[in-house]
Amino acid sequence: MVRFLQRTYVFLVFTFLYAPIAVLIVLSFNAARSRGVWGGFTLQWYVELFQDRVIMSSLYTTLFIGAASALAATVIGTAAAIGIHNSRGWQRRLVMNLTYIPVLNPEIVTGISLMILFVFAKMQFGYVTLLLSHITFNIPYVILSVLPKLRQLNKHLYEAALDLGAGPWYAFWRVILPEIMPGVVTGLLLAFTLSIDDFVISFFTTGSGVSTLSITVYSMARRGINPKLNALSTIMFLAVLLLLVIVNVRQVRDERKGRKQSEQAQDLSFLGNRDAVGLDPERV
Amino acid sequence: MTRSRAMLPYVVWMAIFIVAPLFLVVYYAFTHTGFNGAEFTLANFQRVFQPIYLRVLWRSVNLAVASTAICLIVGYPVALIMAGNAFSRKNTILMLFVIPMWMNFLLRTYAWLTLLERNGALNQLLMAAGLPTINILYTDYAVVLGMVYNFLPFMILPIYSVLSKIDQGVLEAASDLGANKLVSFWRVILPLSLPGVVSGITMVFMPALTTFVISRLLGGGQYTLVGNLIEQQFLVVGDWGFGSAISMVMIVLILISMAVMSFFEDPEEGTTLW
Repeated sequence: MVRFLQRTYVFLVFTFLYAPIAVLIVLSFNAARSRGVWGGFTLQWYVELFQDRVIMSSLYTTLFIGAASALAATVIGTAAAIGIHNSRGWQRRLVMNLTYIPVLNPEIVTGISLMILFVFAKMQFGYVTLLLSHITFNIPYVILSVLPKLRQLNKHLYEAALDLGAGPWYAFWRVILPEIMPGVVTGLLLAFTLSIDDFVISFFTTGSGVSTLSITVYSMARRGINPKLNALSTIMFLAVLLLLVIVNVRQVRDERKGRKQSEQAQDLSFLGNRDAVGLDPERV
Repeated sequence: MTRSRAMLPYVVWMAIFIVAPLFLVVYYAFTHTGFNGAEFTLANFQRVFQPIYLRVLWRSVNLAVASTAICLIVGYPVALIMAGNAFSRKNTILMLFVIPMWMNFLLRTYAWLTLLERNGALNQLLMAAGLPTINILYTDYAVVLGMVYNFLPFMILPIYSVLSKIDQGVLEAASDLGANKLVSFWRVILPLSLPGVVSGITMVFMPALTTFVISRLLGGGQYTLVGNLIEQQFLVVGDWGFGSAISMVMIVLILISMAVMSFFEDPEEGTTLW
């Protein structure tokens, strides 16, 4: 009985969370423009959505900015994570605090402060300012995804690679990077989704003629209800669902593999050290 | 270790794009640019404390507190139930809470426009059931509803994360010592879950206090919340000094509330977000 009540309560909360989305999905197929009546099934709004120049161009902007900023943030962030992992004391504390500023700061403050900076630097608002802002708020999340993987990494692995004659770069590419790859990919996907989802920071740092999907939705929603937005919501919901399932499957797989891998890595490093003693010409 | 140099590009980047802009906000808040160039002033802060603006601040704090309280009242039982044994596939249930959180924030808020409209889905449903219709769109109620809808998962997840880590042995000990379910909840579970409650409150209160989108789309009037006030100063009025001053007051408000919250935190546990 208690269990039934508990389940009912959670079910009610789920209804609250999903009902608006469900209504939008149903209405996106409604032929009648007025939301009160069901005018039959139609795909008209989807056709109009894909013919809408403003929406389509902001979709391309969103995807381009998302991909470019995620890639740039992943490169800078992964390097930074390796740096942080290998630093100690006040330097490490300082950089970690720097990392938490954009995560904890209200978005609107990050947005207006970047806007002031770009005006101050006399930059033209548009793609460049948008891209710089997105890279900025994405990097900390990449760092926070990569750092745990570095902590799991066996520290003797890198030394073993060097002992076996690898240069630092070669050791990074062939030994460190493959080991931390799951964290890097998670960071990349996280940065991409955050960039696509962002509204507030983009709103303050974009220029006329350049708008992301969120900005277009905001200006359309301010004018009231638009059936094209229902179709867009449906597509976005399905896209997010797909992405989350992929990320989740990856994580579950990593967790399962992670345990085995760290055991294996330990065995290998053990072997590596022993072999290194035998193989390194300088030591022989 | 020379490898620590790998973070150099990042440090330079953050100095330019995070630290420098924050200093610019402080600079604009304390200066007034007149004919003699920029000079130091406190006028921007004096303006913030004028009655009209204080009312906006008060209103923002009120709505944010109301939304946070509702999220806590609705969310705590959900976290408690999820941590118990009512569901066998906990990860799936957890996933179901995360999915709407990742859908575009604007579209989620827009969805309520469709629902709350005079002829919207909610009123259609009420009419069909023979109940009186409600018209709360463009009022504070709609703003609070939008906030609760958008931020509820931020309350549930941290509380759930703390509750699910509670050692079952502690609960068995409590019942062995004669505590009934209510007593063991009040004396054992609730105190142990406080760190989660604290981070949940922080994660809901902060975005609720600073939002300008929810109030703009679902609320009425122009200066609904402090976020709208800041947005207007920067994008419409062009008074950066005043906008920066309000932003700083808002940051101070947030820092105070975080300090108050950390007072309730278990010092040994630290902050656990998830």
